[in-house]
Amino acid sequence: MDKKEIEILELLEKNGRMDVHMIARMVELSVEEVEAAIRKFEEMQIVHGYSTLIDWTEVRGYEGVTAMIDVKVTPVRGKGFDDVAERIYRFPEVKAVYLMSGAYDLSVSVEGKTMSQVARFVSEKLSTLDTVISTTTHFILKKYKHDGIIFGEDDNNDRRMPVSP
Amino acid sequence: MSLDTSRFIAEHVDALKPSGIRRFFDLASTMDNVISLGVGEPDFVTPWNVIEASYHSLEQGYTAYTANAGLMELRELISDYLKTTYSVSYRPADQVIVTVGASQAIDIALRAILNPGDEVIIVEPCFVAYASAVSLAGGVPVSVGTKAENGFKLQPEELESAVTPKTKAIILCNPNNPTGTMLNREELLPIAELIEAHDLLVLSDEIYAELSYEADYVSFSSLPNMQDRTILISGFSKSFAMTGWRLGYAAGPAELIQAMTKIHQYTIMCAPTMAQYGAVEALRSGAASVEHMRKSYRQRRNFVTSAFEEMGLMTNRPGGAFYIFPSIKETGMSSEAFAEALLIEEKVAVVPGSVFGESGEGYIRCSYATSMKQLTEAMKRIKRFVEKQQA
Ligand SMILES: Cc1ncc(COP(=O)(O)O)c(C=O)c1O
Repeated sequence: MDKKEIEILELLEKNGRMDVHMIARMVELSVEEVEAAIRKFEEMQIVHGYSTLIDWTEVRGYEGVTAMIDVKVTPVRGKGFDDVAERIYRFPEVKAVYLMSGAYDLSVSVEGKTMSQVARFVSEKLSTLDTVISTTTHFILKKYKHDGIIFGEDDNNDRRMPVSP
Repeated sequence: MSLDTSRFIAEHVDALKPSGIRRFFDLASTMDNVISLGVGEPDFVTPWNVIEASYHSLEQGYTAYTANAGLMELRELISDYLKTTYSVSYRPADQVIVTVGASQAIDIALRAILNPGDEVIIVEPCFVAYASAVSLAGGVPVSVGTKAENGFKLQPEELESAVTPKTKAIILCNPNNPTGTMLNREELLPIAELIEAHDLLVLSDEIYAELSYEADYVSFSSLPNMQDRTILISGFSKSFAMTGWRLGYAAGPAELIQAMTKIHQYTIMCAPTMAQYGAVEALRSGAASVEHMRKSYRQRRNFVTSAFEEMGLMTNRPGGAFYIFPSIKETGMSSEAFAEALLIEEKVAVVPGSVFGESGEGYIRCSYATSMKQLTEAMKRIKRFVEKQQA
């Protein structure tokens, strides 16, 4: 990956919808070169998709809760943690799964409409997996920052004077 | 009887021209929803670790004066930074002074060296404060213009023809505000030779040095025989997005720095302590933030340069700082009229080039230290405006 390709990736990471013409100007490549690079990233699965960061708490009429669940498991001989991780990440309610060092093994983020819906998922689906030893559920009360983006930050917070030396 | 205040204002102050930037500020401030490309400061806020370090110093009770020349720790870090980044060595104890912005460094450097009537050469278009700072110090500013055909680069012949027996110093700004021009080593060497031949001093304003986008930046002081003839002036305002902190510094020959320190001691005492602690943190661990900001400015530089080229507004490609200085001569308007009409008709604030000296007439200064969203919209509006003028 050369410097300009990395620069394109950084721009796309911040704004997946950035116009190729604009990217081309910013990194000093032709539009064709940028398009080719993006195609390559997609084929190589460096770019997995383009998602949108939504602060759902700002959306009226939407209800939803997110929980972070610490999961302790018994690793399976020969398979380690991968098998149980897969059994967990296949559930559509599960948004993220990470293998962790420390006091527990898997960190699982689950989204649901209500707290009781998430609780039911944990007690009925997650805890009942035979390799799962224990779960600790933490509900997210407020998101301050997510994926590097500070929520609630005013886009128009330029405090500079309109003209200065 | 009403007081005739004018009788009390010193003549040399009365004679100062009000800054043209001020007039534009007044005009732009009266309007809503203006996209401003008139801002000469970063659009980033100061990196968080710097702000946090400053808070911490207050919590620890570091609220008293520091040494006149600044915290020793900070002077040591400045000295290390200059050595590792620009290969110039300065002793922290007597060759570095921490000032209230680069602005104060310029002021005390001039006051320390000038006798009444001494001439100082200023390379225009340039930062608005130079000429007045020279006058306030009792000197006489002598302008040397640069031209777009030469990429606004100072031509040694033109510099030489401005030298008189009264010339004492020259102020160089590299990269330049307002043109964004950056001089490389080959372009600086013949200037250095002239400086030596005519036994002059250089005030090298390197406040935008960290924001250079092309070939390796060369500090004037690192050129052969120039360290003894250079007062290197820089600061934290631009590279660390710390304009409001008012923190800068100067490094140079010990005798000159000591002379500057005398003035500083009697007029300012020391730079703000909490800002100095912030600066310590900036130099210790701010490199990644600077790199991030520089990268972002470079992308925006590329974007605005191609946008102006497409509009057919001939421009030089800026090598540093965060300004672009396109020509508006095609429109037949003066830079002042252009800027005013653009502000009123399209609500885009730019600064007329004439504000930066006679040779800036026919150009406008646009700062691209503004979000890509704002820049995109501003370029659209300027394009529409220019097309209307040409129709
Ligand atoms: C070339 C130049 N020198 C010095 C300054 C002043 O910097 P400071 O904020 O450190 O006083 C500026 C600010 O615009 C500048 O453009």
